[in-house]
Amino acid sequence: MTDPLHQFEIHVIAPLFSIFGVQFNFTNAALFMLVIVAIICALLYAAFANPELVPSRLQSVGEVWYEFVHNMVRQVMGEDGMKFFPLVFSIFSFVLVANMLGMFPYFFTVTSHVIVTAALAVFVILLVITVGIMRHGLGWFRLFAPHGVPIAILPFISAIEVISFLSRPVSLGLRLFGNMLAGHIVLKVFAGFVVSLSALGITGIFGAIFPLGMAVGLTALEFLVAFLQAFVFAILTCVYLNDALHPGH
Amino acid sequence: MTPQDRSRRGAAGGSDAERLSKRLHDLSERIRTETAEHAPPKGPGAGDHGSRYGVAIRLASEFVAAVLVGAGLGWLLDRLAGTSPFGLIILLLLGFGAGILNMARASRRMANSEAAAAAKASPPIDEDEDE
Repeated sequence: MTDPLHQFEIHVIAPLFSIFGVQFNFTNAALFMLVIVAIICALLYAAFANPELVPSRLQSVGEVWYEFVHNMVRQVMGEDGMKFFPLVFSIFSFVLVANMLGMFPYFFTVTSHVIVTAALAVFVILLVITVGIMRHGLGWFRLFAPHGVPIAILPFISAIEVISFLSRPVSLGLRLFGNMLAGHIVLKVFAGFVVSLSALGITGIFGAIFPLGMAVGLTALEFLVAFLQAFVFAILTCVYLNDALHPGH
Repeated sequence: MTPQDRSRRGAAGGSDAERLSKRLHDLSERIRTETAEHAPPKGPGAGDHGSRYGVAIRLASEFVAAVLVGAGLGWLLDRLAGTSPFGLIILLLLGFGAGILNMARASRRMANSEAAAAAKASPPIDEDEDE
């Protein structure tokens, strides 16, 4: 049977340079990230290159895309959160296109590597801390000491709050990574069953109908998961940034 | 309605009906775009299995992440301060607490956004994170 993990292997396409003995390479992951950015730019450019009052199909896709993120940012963060709209839109688009691109056979799924999702999540949390301290000074740390708590149990509550805060990038990154990795492995395993069963002759071919049906169903589910995870990643980015803007609110 | 009015209507009967139907058509067009604009953002619907699955995954990952972070911090503390195994034990337990807190917050956030979607209004989602 084919190796279900083969699709996640990283190949060096072109070695670039090395700094202090650390080799930097241009890999298939980097190539796909460039492709993702190119696709986003091309789609948005094509959608809004010559806008019309009655939008064309592509333009309405672009408008739905924009307004979806716009509503999300405004609902969670309010009007003063709109300065983070470009960031949230970029993150949402990147994750969405990365997930969807991964659904093509033989394509590489960037978001199925924990280093990519962890980098995105850590970037978001560092931004939350930076914005929180810039906006509210050291008073922002009151986020970890909710008022109305008796002084006797305050250390415990603070410790729990700190752990809860630190777990955010972990859950944010691991969830996206885990969903994409697990989905692709399961899909590959079921598709592999079809191939190996149908090699067994006529009974095997009839037996392969069930895993084939599962593979079709799972593909549909994976498309849903691909969208859902991009949505969840973006809305949690908004929720966490909201903590930086309005702590203890 | 005065008699003159009625007679005028009678005279221009055909075009009147046409105008009326055109206005009706325009109005229904306008209502449709209006409702489409004010509809809540098309998030994952609350009813279907896919989003239930998503909710389950979300809550589980919130919990697991907090436990992992608690255990990791405890292990680190033990290594740095040499307090093994008490740092790991205490911080793992605190991690469980943080996991429960995370899950409670996540489920309340989801309930809030569902309620907001159900009300079909678009007030800002109330993010009352303080206990």
